[in-house]
Amino acid sequence: MSPFFAFVKKETLHILRDPRTLVILLGMPIAQVILFGFAITNELNDVRVAIFDSAKDPVSMEISDRLTSSGFFQLSAETGKEEDLEGVFQHERVKLVVVFPPGFQERFYRNDNPQIQLIADATDPNTATTIVAYASAIIRQYEEEKKGSAALPYAIKTEVRMRYNEELKSVFLFVPGVITIILMLVSAMMTSIALTREKELGTMEVLLVSPLRPLVIVVGKVVPYIALGLIIMGIILGLATTVFQMPIRGSLGLLVAECLLFVSTSLSLGILISSRVKTQMVALLISLMALMLPTILLSGFIFPVENMPWLLQIISHIVPARWFIVIVKGIMLKGAGLEVLWEETLILVFMTIVLIGASIRSFKLRLE
Amino acid sequence: MNLAITTESLTKKFGAFTAVDAISLEVAQGEIFGFLGANGAGKTTAMRMLTGLSRPTSGRASVAGFDVSRQPEQIKRNIGYMSQKFSLYEDLTVKENIRFYGGIYGLSLKNIGIKTEQLLEELDLREVSKTPVKSLPLGWKQKLAFSISQVHDPAIVFLDEPTGGVDPITRRHFWELIYRAADKGRTVFVTTHYMDEAEYCDRISIMVDGKIAAMGSPSALKKEHQAPSINELFVRLARVTTAGLG
Repeated sequence: MSPFFAFVKKETLHILRDPRTLVILLGMPIAQVILFGFAITNELNDVRVAIFDSAKDPVSMEISDRLTSSGFFQLSAETGKEEDLEGVFQHERVKLVVVFPPGFQERFYRNDNPQIQLIADATDPNTATTIVAYASAIIRQYEEEKKGSAALPYAIKTEVRMRYNEELKSVFLFVPGVITIILMLVSAMMTSIALTREKELGTMEVLLVSPLRPLVIVVGKVVPYIALGLIIMGIILGLATTVFQMPIRGSLGLLVAECLLFVSTSLSLGILISSRVKTQMVALLISLMALMLPTILLSGFIFPVENMPWLLQIISHIVPARWFIVIVKGIMLKGAGLEVLWEETLILVFMTIVLIGASIRSFKLRLE
Repeated sequence: MNLAITTESLTKKFGAFTAVDAISLEVAQGEIFGFLGANGAGKTTAMRMLTGLSRPTSGRASVAGFDVSRQPEQIKRNIGYMSQKFSLYEDLTVKENIRFYGGIYGLSLKNIGIKTEQLLEELDLREVSKTPVKSLPLGWKQKLAFSISQVHDPAIVFLDEPTGGVDPITRRHFWELIYRAADKGRTVFVTTHYMDEAEYCDRISIMVDGKIAAMGSPSALKKEHQAPSINELFVRLARVTTAGLG
């Protein structure tokens, strides 16, 4: 029997012998996906917006100016063709596209059903609703000024389309968040506890005196948790796609690969923690405080990153979950591929390499 | 005489602090060697070097014929180790523990099976083979841990305070196991805080402040230092250094 296999088997037995923890780990994501039905809406600023102006007349340009000078929006692209829409959403990270039809000024002054189309990125439904409400308010205010309150009711109609999540289902927002939290929980917290347990029980000493190499011990320790994480991810995805009809528009293979990447990031965090602490209790507390809280609060899962104070925004950059959530949303809701998500992926790869390096170093230091 | 362990001026320094200060000793194959010392005297550090966990700062040591600095991996394959925490997995059954340790020492499936049967028979644990270790009495766990530490038939077994927290009768039984292992030609290197146990050893050394203050058979040491017991001798040696420090 290969030592590595013996080790993985033993670790799997540990997991199976603790059914309470297993039930919590499997039950929690199910409960979370089902329970998370509402979200907290907040104010926005500097939302990236693209303007698709086929009119190019004084009225459309003035409205554009109003939007971009309001402080809520930031012009990031002006497109010419309808076909560019997809590219603008994917590459420019635009949250809202404002479309003026040809001859807008004429219709506006003749009150001949002037229309502006607002297309929002509804991957995050709460943000999308807020963005559209703000844009509509600015447009209305402009109309009021031009025509005076006598012109009521408003003539400009804004036609709204919620892109990527037409029905604004908040479960679409929470599924990527729940996947992130569970993978972090299983990979980082459970492995840091499992590794610290060996230290606390004194079995680590015996393992280190055995011919097992430290790397085999660590890898053997984490393999069952990787499997557990992937099983749980499968449950969440199954639930999301069947019960909530959530789409997976991008490649499933890429999604699994990115999940494995995030699992590696989390595992290296867990190993790093376990190499620095002596008891399971401390490992648990550090995992909760240093990993779970930022993952929940600073990742954009509940509170949009754009709305955070600048200091928290900067801190959010070092939270792996922040990047991973963008990736999961991108793949599942927008059908984005690596050509769009390479930046986030590279950041996670970089983080993982640094963390693995640090945890190996820390593990070796402890051996001395 | 075949030597199982030899050290020459084995030294370990942590920065300016010398934990183990040039110790030299020889342990013969099949000998029961008691490695004594107060807490903090450097026993654990010395043992970590001998088991290949920690590299010496200077000096040499060879264990089972392998050099501790250059061949720690071979040493690990040829020694057994048991600590005072018994090193068993409480949530696994008796059988699963045996199979796991057999597995990590690279025993073949067939050998693991044979070894498992043999141990269950020897320790009279067959009836509880499928019981989680946590529900076994302390004495049984200790015996099991001792046998498991030798599941791969090592030449030398290191026991780090193996009888900590165990009642005198169980300790007595445990020493019978140690004798049985030594009779089979296995070298036993044991640390303990119980001075009555020291008397059971073929030879002992007493470490004080990183150095070996006395070494020899219990009876020879008592005669040499005119001490009525090893306990008396131990306290006397430890007191000298405390006075020296003051």
